Amino acid sequence: MKLDSKIPGGPIQEKWDRYRFDMKLINPANKRKFEVIVVGSGLAGGSAAATLAELGYKVKCFYYQDSARRAHSIAAQGGINAAKNYQNDGDSIWRLFYDTVKGGDFRAREANVYRLAQVSVNIIDQCVAQGVPFAREYGGTLSNRSFGGAQVSRTFYARGQTGQQLLLGAYSALMRQAGLGAVELFPRSEMLDLVVVNGHARGIVVRDMITGEITSHAADAVVLATGGYANAFFLSTNAKGCNVTANWRAYKKGAAFANPCYTQIHPTCIPQEGDYQSKLTLMSESLRNDGRVWVPKNQGDTRAPGDIPESDRDYYLERKYPSYGNLAPRDISSRAAKEACDDGRGVGPIIGDKARGVYLDFADAIMRLGEDVIRDRYGNLFDMYQRITAENPYKVPMRIYPAPHYAMGGLWVDYNLMSTIPGLHVLGEANFSDHGANRLGASALMQGLADGYFVIPYTIGHYFATSGQKKVTTDLPEFKDAEHAVRERTKKLISIGGKRTVDSFHRELGLLLWDHCGMARNKAGLTAMLEKIPALREEFWSNVAVLGTDASLNVSLEKAGRTADFLEFGELLCRDALERGESCGGHFREEHQTEEGEAKRNDDGFCHVTAWEFTGQDGNAFHVPNKHIEPLEFDNVHLATRSYK
Amino acid sequence: MSDTINITLKVWRQKDRNDAGQLVAYEANGISTHMSFLEMLDVVNDRLEQAGQEPIAFDHDCREGICGMCSLVINGVPHGPERATTTCQLNMRHFQDGQTIVVEPWRAGPFPVLRDLIVDRSPFDRIMQAGGFVSVNTGGSPDANAIPIGKKEADLAMDAAACIGCGACVAACKNASAMLFVSAKVAQYAHLPQGQVERYDRVQKMVAQMDLEGFGACTNQYECEAVCPKEIPARFIGEMNCDYLKAALKA
Repeated sequence: MKLDSKIPGGPIQEKWDRYRFDMKLINPANKRKFEVIVVGSGLAGGSAAATLAELGYKVKCFYYQDSARRAHSIAAQGGINAAKNYQNDGDSIWRLFYDTVKGGDFRAREANVYRLAQVSVNIIDQCVAQGVPFAREYGGTLSNRSFGGAQVSRTFYARGQTGQQLLLGAYSALMRQAGLGAVELFPRSEMLDLVVVNGHARGIVVRDMITGEITSHAADAVVLATGGYANAFFLSTNAKGCNVTANWRAYKKGAAFANPCYTQIHPTCIPQEGDYQSKLTLMSESLRNDGRVWVPKNQGDTRAPGDIPESDRDYYLERKYPSYGNLAPRDISSRAAKEACDDGRGVGPIIGDKARGVYLDFADAIMRLGEDVIRDRYGNLFDMYQRITAENPYKVPMRIYPAPHYAMGGLWVDYNLMSTIPGLHVLGEANFSDHGANRLGASALMQGLADGYFVIPYTIGHYFATSGQKKVTTDLPEFKDAEHAVRERTKKLISIGGKRTVDSFHRELGLLLWDHCGMARNKAGLTAMLEKIPALREEFWSNVAVLGTDASLNVSLEKAGRTADFLEFGELLCRDALERGESCGGHFREEHQTEEGEAKRNDDGFCHVTAWEFTGQDGNAFHVPNKHIEPLEFDNVHLATRSYK
Repeated sequence: MSDTINITLKVWRQKDRNDAGQLVAYEANGISTHMSFLEMLDVVNDRLEQAGQEPIAFDHDCREGICGMCSLVINGVPHGPERATTTCQLNMRHFQDGQTIVVEPWRAGPFPVLRDLIVDRSPFDRIMQAGGFVSVNTGGSPDANAIPIGKKEADLAMDAAACIGCGACVAACKNASAMLFVSAKVAQYAHLPQGQVERYDRVQKMVAQMDLEGFGACTNQYECEAVCPKEIPARFIGEMNCDYLKAALKA
């Protein structure tokens, strides 16, 4: 396997424009001869499926939810970045590019990030044309706000429901194409394998989640837009159904998996309450615009927050990072919260051995601006907090704690968004390309839509025009073999008849990962994980209880398949974290920190992407995967130590 | 107040679309009042699985009140007793020790049960395919600030756009009317300049598809508004009827 990023030549500002001209085109009359399978209907998949259909390609779109409108992009609250500079506050494409590279701790590919910043402006135009109801000023122009990791106001938003409104925009475009017959929709369908013919991705095997039927679908290209893997931790802000299965199946068919250790732990989530917890709820990062984060100065201070005087409070973000304060980037804010709680100064219920929570306090903002202004800005978020905790955040400070939220790592892709398997394209959170080791707030929506609306529609045509592949049908042995393997695996899961529930395995894996591969990681812990996870996997395959049959709607079986894949993926996550002997962004190795406890990068040893190649397995034991390296070159942004002080 | 309660559940169990189905009683003891309603069902399912019984199937995904996947009728009310709250954000502190809770799927002809508490809501997608969009292709859109939209109108459009497509409005209506759902989408575009070109065509097409799917007419009793987790106001139904009439006159 050779990693060729295919970054075009020329100055960074001109790369994408030149490349768009250099790419081969498909004649409009010929486009209908090409079929594309899109897996996932979120911002990346939905926008790609709609746009490819508009262009004339024949599209099939698969998703596990009952409607394309429910993909988890819908839960993004805060906003979407774009270098519009409507606020005249010094923003530009270059500044968005620079902020994103720096925010990613210099572990992203410059050319991809620059393109992302370039097309960000088109995204806003497109969404407005679709009727996305962004927030507006009284004069009728679009409103902006600032977000973590930026000193300009470039974030567009629709109350606290930006992801919902953007997704409904993409969904409306997708429904329009479905109504026109240009897209065929496959709801409640789960991709369980990728089919590779003659070295090219040519189809998928799916399970109909209502009838249990296993079928194959052939196409000229496959697009995965299947999101991230934060649910490996069991407790995360992701939807319960989010999984790594599609990506993992592709990995086992030859797609390299890049930087799995880059996981984002979001600083502002509602803390865990008890052992029964099924997920953690995110509170938008935009709250940090007006909320102040603090913990008691002294350990064991159990007074009610209102009784703790200013002199006994530690506004630790403002103290440690005076220039960014409460708007410090996510990785830094999360680690600082963990530090305060590890130090015994956390607040709220005891989880494990310590209170795991910090205050996010709006008292000053309410005093300065009035309760009405705060209600107008964050009313729905405050209501949601109160519904869950039964505490009134207008009166009592919110309690928050970090939670797994986003995966910067993902399948390796080149500048065309194509993986190491020709014809397999990967978009949005499912790929690794744009956020480096840490994603800035309001950039996930931007990347999903950039990939789907404005990148893949160009690059996939070039692939069709140059790949020279013949049509295939699902009668080929490659399809039959994949179907057979999927059926065997499903049968096996049902036949184990063990004693432990699927969730008990998933929870155990999640806790192991959270403790040893979460906000802080070290060599001893990670090394131990390379034995603990395979052992847990072994137990899963001999002692899991999956009830019911494979020929009906079976939630146990769905969860079992996903958990089995997380149990394999978790090992790669830890292996990558062990291999990367530096701290950067969301990856914090305790051995590599400054005297002040900040992340210490090692640019001489690790200024590269690590992409892993599957090398086979014996039963449930995996062979050590091959490690490939793509060096990162920084010609336009000077490699510097990230400082938010 | 104690932190745990014991409750009795009566849950609709139905193997598949063709099965007759029935209510089955389950004792759920030691339920923490901090749990969400779905976490309570997780606990019940965990116990069922350990006892070798198939878990109760229910739709859910984001568990933060925005995806619109969860869909339970709890003691006769879609999404349960709390106002402006989806089932996934309904908390067990709103139930009492010793209470019996009846849990059913959405009940509406156009939403057939697929298994237990899971129903088929694909008619909503087909209504959207009939006209729930602005016909623009990707690319070539004018600058986003080229169309000024007053804050008041933009806010009204957003009020309508907040619909999560869960279908509680249909489940609450004795006619199984989908008019709140349809009118929310019609109103979003009717309040925006981008939606004007297709405004009257859209309302006719979406209403025609709604009728074709078998949804009933509005009863004017506003049960839909009362159960809507996003508090979509029933006044949008009036706006839609007005546009529908205008569309008929124009034709």
